[in-house]
Amino acid sequence: MQDVFIWLNDQLLRMQWLSDLVTLLVRDGLGLDPISRVGASVHFFIYDVIKIFILLSVLIFSISYVQSYFPPERTRRILGQRRGLWANTLAALLGTITPFCSCSSIPLFIGFTSAGLPLAVTFSFLISSPLVDLASVILLASIFNWSIALAYVVIGLVLAVLGGTLIGRMKLDDQVADFVYQSPVSDHDNDGTISRRERLTYAGEQVREIAARVWVYVLIGVGIGAAIHNWIPEGFISALLGQDKWWSVLVATVAGVPMYADIFGTLPIAEALVQKGVGLGTALTFMMAVTALSLPSIIMLKRVVKLPLLAVFIGIVTAGIILIGYIFNATAHLFV
Amino acid sequence: MIIKILGSGCKKCIALAENANAAAQTEGIEARIEKVTDIITIAGYGIMSTPGLVIDEKVVSSGRVLSVAQIAPFLKEATP
Repeated sequence: MQDVFIWLNDQLLRMQWLSDLVTLLVRDGLGLDPISRVGASVHFFIYDVIKIFILLSVLIFSISYVQSYFPPERTRRILGQRRGLWANTLAALLGTITPFCSCSSIPLFIGFTSAGLPLAVTFSFLISSPLVDLASVILLASIFNWSIALAYVVIGLVLAVLGGTLIGRMKLDDQVADFVYQSPVSDHDNDGTISRRERLTYAGEQVREIAARVWVYVLIGVGIGAAIHNWIPEGFISALLGQDKWWSVLVATVAGVPMYADIFGTLPIAEALVQKGVGLGTALTFMMAVTALSLPSIIMLKRVVKLPLLAVFIGIVTAGIILIGYIFNATAHLFV
Repeated sequence: MIIKILGSGCKKCIALAENANAAAQTEGIEARIEKVTDIITIAGYGIMSTPGLVIDEKVVSSGRVLSVAQIAPFLKEATP
C-alpha cells in the first residue's frame, strides 16, 4: 500500500517520468551530457517549466471550481456571522480558497471594511490569501515533500490568524481612509444561480488567465533556479545564505519583500537554493516574503489605509516571516 | 440609459461591454456604455470582484461575464 502511494507520489506529483523523458531529450535530442553543467541547466529548465505548467493547469482548474462556490460576497457574509478568534481562523481558511491577486486587495478591503467586518478579520484574510493557497501546497509537496507542505500551510495560517488578531488589538480603526467607511455595500447574490457548466467555464477561464499572467514569472523563476543550481558557486551562496549564518533569514526577507512574483515563479528558486545547501527556513522565508508582501501591493494598500496601519501591517508580517524562517531552520531535520 | 462596465480593462470587461451593447440593441433600448477603470471608484460601487455591470447606477452583477440573454432582463427592468 505504501509502495503504491510512493509510486503515485513520484510519478504524478514529482513527475519522475517527465524527468526521465527530459533526460532522454537532453542526451539524445540535443546531444548534451545531462550531468554536465550546460546539460543539467537545460534539464532543470525544461523539466521545471513543463512540470510547473502541468501542475498549475490541473490545480488552478480544480481550485477555481471550488472557488466558484465562494465569491467574495459570500465570504463576507460567512465572516460577518462569526466573532473573535473563530472569525480570524475562518478568514485565514477562506483566504486559501479565494481567488486573489494583489490587484483585488483594494476592492476586498473596502468591501469587507464598509460592511462592518473588524480589521482583525479583514487582515487575517489579506495575509493568508496570497501566502497560502491550495495550489502552493501541492507544488510544495511536489518539489519538497508532504510534511514540508503541511507545515508551510499550518504556519502560514497561524501567521494570518495571529497577525490579524494583533492588528485588531491595536485599535487602529481610525487609520483607515475615511471614504472606505462611507462606501456602499452591494449585496446582490449571484452565487446561487450559477450552473455547473458556468463553473467549469469559469475554471477554464481562470487557468488561461492565471497562466497568461504568471508565465513570465515562471520562466524567470526557473531561469534563476537553473542558474543557482548549476552556475553560481556553492561557496558564494553558503557565504550569504548558508545554514550556519545567522543573517541568512534576514537577507532572504530583505531580498524578498519588495519583489513581486507569484508562488509559481518563486518555488523553483527556493528549490534550487535548498539543493545548494541553503536552510529550509531561509528558502521558505524567501518564498513567503515574495508572495505575502510586494511593493505593488503595498502601494495599492496605501490608497485605503493611513501610514501607521500600513506600517503595522508590514511590520507584523515581516516579523512573522522572519520568525518562521528561524523556527524552520532550527527544526528542518524533522521534515527531511 | 447609462450602462457602466466596472473593471480595470481586462478581457472580461471588454466581453461584458460587448454583450451589454448587443443586449441593448436587441432590446431596442438606447444606452450609452461607459467604462469605469479606477479601482477606487469601482470599489465605491460596493463590488469586490470585476467585471461589474451597473445599469443607471444600480449594480446588477459582479465577477461574471453575463451573456446577452442574461443582461436583457436587467435592461427591461430598468426601462421605465
